[in-house]
Amino acid sequence: MILTFRLAWRNLWRHKRRTWLTATAMIFSNVLLVFMISLQFGSYDMMINNTLQSFSGHFQIQKNGYNDNPKLRLSIESIQPLATEMRRSMPQTRVAARAAAFALASSEQRSFGIQVIGVQPEFEAGVSTIPGLVKQGSFLEDPNAAEIVIGAVMARNLKVGIGDEITLLGSGRDGSFAAGVLTVTGIYESGSQEMDRSFAEIPLGYFQEMFAMGDHGNSIAVAADNLDEVAPELITAKQAISGHNGLLVLDWTELHPGLKQAIQADLSSAWFMYGVLIILVAFSVLNTQLMSVLERTHEFGVITALGIKPRKLVSLVMLETLLMSLIGLIIGVFLGWLVAYYFNVVGFSYPGMEEVAARFNLSDKMYPSVTVFSMMLGPLVVFLFCLLASIYPATRLYRLQPVDAMRAV
Amino acid sequence: MTNANHLPLGVMTRMAWRNLWRNHRRTLIMLLAIAVGVWAMIFMTALMRGMVDQMIEDGIDSLPGFVQIHHPAYRDDPSVENSLPQPGPALLEALQSSEVTGWTSRVRVPAMISSERDSRGVTLLGVDPVGEVALGFDPESVIEGRFLQSPDDKGLVIGRKLLDRLETDLGKRVVVMSQDPENNIADRGFRIVGVYNAKLAALEEVYIYTGRSTVQTLLKIDGQVSEIAITGHDYRDVDKLYRLVQNAADENADVRSWTELDTYLGLMLGVMDGFVLVWIIVIFLALSFGLVNTLMMAVFERVREFGLMQALGMKPAAIRLQVLLESLMLLLLGLLAGNLLAVASILPIQDGIDLSAVAQGMEMMGVSSILYPALKLKDIILANVVVIFLGIITSLLPAWRASQYSPVEAIAKT
Repeated sequence: MILTFRLAWRNLWRHKRRTWLTATAMIFSNVLLVFMISLQFGSYDMMINNTLQSFSGHFQIQKNGYNDNPKLRLSIESIQPLATEMRRSMPQTRVAARAAAFALASSEQRSFGIQVIGVQPEFEAGVSTIPGLVKQGSFLEDPNAAEIVIGAVMARNLKVGIGDEITLLGSGRDGSFAAGVLTVTGIYESGSQEMDRSFAEIPLGYFQEMFAMGDHGNSIAVAADNLDEVAPELITAKQAISGHNGLLVLDWTELHPGLKQAIQADLSSAWFMYGVLIILVAFSVLNTQLMSVLERTHEFGVITALGIKPRKLVSLVMLETLLMSLIGLIIGVFLGWLVAYYFNVVGFSYPGMEEVAARFNLSDKMYPSVTVFSMMLGPLVVFLFCLLASIYPATRLYRLQPVDAMRAV
Repeated sequence: MTNANHLPLGVMTRMAWRNLWRNHRRTLIMLLAIAVGVWAMIFMTALMRGMVDQMIEDGIDSLPGFVQIHHPAYRDDPSVENSLPQPGPALLEALQSSEVTGWTSRVRVPAMISSERDSRGVTLLGVDPVGEVALGFDPESVIEGRFLQSPDDKGLVIGRKLLDRLETDLGKRVVVMSQDPENNIADRGFRIVGVYNAKLAALEEVYIYTGRSTVQTLLKIDGQVSEIAITGHDYRDVDKLYRLVQNAADENADVRSWTELDTYLGLMLGVMDGFVLVWIIVIFLALSFGLVNTLMMAVFERVREFGLMQALGMKPAAIRLQVLLESLMLLLLGLLAGNLLAVASILPIQDGIDLSAVAQGMEMMGVSSILYPALKLKDIILANVVVIFLGIITSLLPAWRASQYSPVEAIAKT
């Protein structure tokens, strides 16, 4: 075995330049794959986290059907006690109850249709970034006060500031006329025009009174510290609601189907591109190994005439490919890791990225995710395909006729 | 000796061609690699182009228009207060120009729509149906009932999704509330006369259409509109149209082209061109290692031959030419196969690929769920030129090596 290994290693360097050229092809694509894949994973994580943290939480409890058709009357009864119970059973997470309705918001001068969310002031900050983004005034405190926190664009459009009053008109859970006059206590800036234009938060207690909700609410949002910790909590949450009829636990893929599909679409187009790259490298290896076998026909003929089994020769050629691919793998992963690590520290951006990034809830810099998985995935596939590519040249050796082979020049 | 020094090109070509096929397996593998590479360049570019083109076209249709005129304060504060008069004589004359393929003026204000069951915040559009259709509203997209018939139409056309949300139906009445410039609530009942399906489902919940005069009367803004939208021949070349409108419009008015109105869309056009070039070059680089390797091998196994040729009086330049010709033939054959492969694979999917499995994801990017590949001559030429040009440059190294052997050493080599 040691002998075969040494033989293979020496054979590899009989054509130094050719070996290096082929290895460089692997290194090139490995570096590219390591960087691109880690960048992709990094941006997916960021996309998911930013989207979930901004408002929805990692998962939610809702009435069956509410997610597709958010109606006020698809509500959860005794929502605050249920939220308290869940808070007790899942101490690692943050839980907040909510209700949501559309209403016409009018100031002295303007009126706009907006979305009003009833929140629990003391718990909302745990599941959403909005309380922390209040730039003027302060977030809600009293769970029953007639107070409202609005977005910066809405404040500008309604021409209101802190302390001004806003009238909300809408329809209650029972279809009755719902109205309220609320004081603006805070103005937030989330960076999303859409959100800042149309999203306002009021205390859940006041919401329930104004929209004739009794003790009902529409959703319970749950946030964990990160996405990996969500799975066990989902099970606990399912147990917590088992006694309540018609309630569902929805994870982020159900809350944001678009996000998951955008990632899927991006992944499949990316893998098409990686696939092409990998196949081209495999062709390169195929060609190199075929040449290296053909040019040694004479030599192999002599060896087989001396009694060495073709199987031995096949494993020799495969070992040569394996060694060459290992060189490509090690150097490629190392250089790729350097590049990914560098951008992981300083962040990666390209001109005009901000505009695209904002659309997907990304910040203006992307940070590649440097994990063993994101580093090794691409290069291992390259490695595998290179080995596969050498099967054809190697198996040609089974058909070798010693006498004919020795005649070859 | 003249014929040895200056071999006619015909002979050189024939020699290169024969040399190419001396090791047919190697040549075939390399050809296959080039063909796959070129195919991937063109195929992927056509898909991406198709996606971005459609995204931009759909985006422009929903703006609508290539160029829009607003009251200077409207973009920041889209209220009825910030409206502008219908086009004056100077602008009307400019709108007759051959650069303009269609234009319309519309009232566009935030409003609240309520059925018996529910209410939603929406954007109320008071439109002239003829102009609206000229600017990209597809009358075929009205799936139930009818589209508006005139600017005086008092019916309301709303999106399918909004209809569901409001739990109402065609023929039923809804109340639309907005406000007039005096800040008074203006509301009136409308009968739903049509339901439309938008390419981007999110838009169905936002836009509701009725006649322009109807809205003007409701909001007490006779003769005033929120925006004038103009469309032209080619959205890639919007400058001329923009200047024409800019010069004719009131100098206080805010004239903007689509690239400014939707910066994300404007940006995609540039990002796409960048992407195409990077993609083509990356694929080429992956190919180039194999190309150099193949040529190097072809040179090394012929060292003796090159020595002999030189001993017989062939100039190094002729040897270089010989290797380059071989490489050029390889590249041309590969390109031919790659281009044919690309066209053959794109033709069957010309009618669109259904991506509805990830429709909501595509919508996040602003793309509808049927993808039409766009095979552009420009991109095909770019791919071919890059491969030929960089391919020849890459072959210079092996060609130069081939011409560097001293005849005596080379012949002595086995």
